[in-house]
Amino acid sequence: MYYIDPHIHMVSRVTDDYERIARMGCVAVSEPAFWAGFDRGSVDGFRDYFRQLTEFEPKRAGWSGIQHYTWLCINAKEAENVELSREVIKMIPEFISKPGVLGIGEIGLNKNTKNESIIFQEHVQLAMQLDELILIHTPHLQDKLKGTRMIIDMLMSDRRVQPERVLIDHVEEHTVGLAKEEGFWCAMTLYPITKCTPSRAADIIEAYGDDRIMVNSAGDWGPSNPIAVPDFIQELRKRGHPESKIKKIVYDNPLEFFRQCRRFEFTPPDTLADNAALVVSQKV
Amino acid sequence: MIAAVQTAPEVFEQTFLLVRAKILEVAATLDRLDRAEAAESVRSDPRFGQIRQGLEILLSDGFHRAAQIQEIFSDQYDPTWMKKYLSTGERPALSPSVPH
Ligand SMILES: [Zn+2]
Repeated sequence: MYYIDPHIHMVSRVTDDYERIARMGCVAVSEPAFWAGFDRGSVDGFRDYFRQLTEFEPKRAGWSGIQHYTWLCINAKEAENVELSREVIKMIPEFISKPGVLGIGEIGLNKNTKNESIIFQEHVQLAMQLDELILIHTPHLQDKLKGTRMIIDMLMSDRRVQPERVLIDHVEEHTVGLAKEEGFWCAMTLYPITKCTPSRAADIIEAYGDDRIMVNSAGDWGPSNPIAVPDFIQELRKRGHPESKIKKIVYDNPLEFFRQCRRFEFTPPDTLADNAALVVSQKV
Repeated sequence: MIAAVQTAPEVFEQTFLLVRAKILEVAATLDRLDRAEAAESVRSDPRFGQIRQGLEILLSDGFHRAAQIQEIFSDQYDPTWMKKYLSTGERPALSPSVPH
């Protein structure tokens, strides 16, 4: 089955991982800007990172036939530094119109602090001014419920925010209802130990339905599994869910959300295969 | 809601050994804690209390056990937080650095 991984940090993965996910059926990835495991010291560090996300990663993904999309921001962890955050936010418009950029993300909260909240709102402000989609990181573990509520409070207090243009990520059993009730899109992250497992994600789908929801691997520099989405597909198959339902969650839903971005261009895999065949036949 | 496609006996058959293994893992971990030096100090750790509460929820009925256990391990939310954190209490002031 073809699938899309809507949240995977490929800058932390080797080229072999692109090849592996392609073999598992991945046709597109979306890569939010995030914390790289250490705090960057200057706005130029982010400029290079944004160039990597918008220039190099799409090329590297293309070597395995994968279409690469990205999101730009300063992540919540580094947002504790308000001054640096404002410099990064100011730089985002330089990159926002590049092909493959889907919007502002992953913004959010990490430790639910005042500075993180201020920078979150300034990112939302930028997204509204530029009419961009938003991808939101919710905190982990004990901070998640509180942080998700704080994020929803901030979004709901801004009348310009259209919930269907916002994706709230890393939802789990206690936060999925909050996001869905208010009309936001949401995503579950399949991540060993600290987030959701494929079977719990399947339980959440059975409990909350398959509208406006997707699954991702997060695949980053931490202990994570870049082929977690196929594990989820397999879990739903074992439970007897029809292929059409599974495809809706892992393929149709991400496309439906991304298509709201005016720059979004996607070549369906069947067309890609035809094009590739054409190139081969022309070479011969 | 999408109903579970499988019947309860089918789910039970597929997951029985898995659940058994997970309960044993928790039991062995608690034994290891008790065996170790200064076991009492852990018992007074608030996180140990959270684990006890979680175990109690496992014995209750209903289909929101996972969400309830998540809530036990969650920080308290203060509905007045915005007033304390954000000067406007509602919408952020426009950042001078953001192009208007
Ligand atoms: Zn992420």
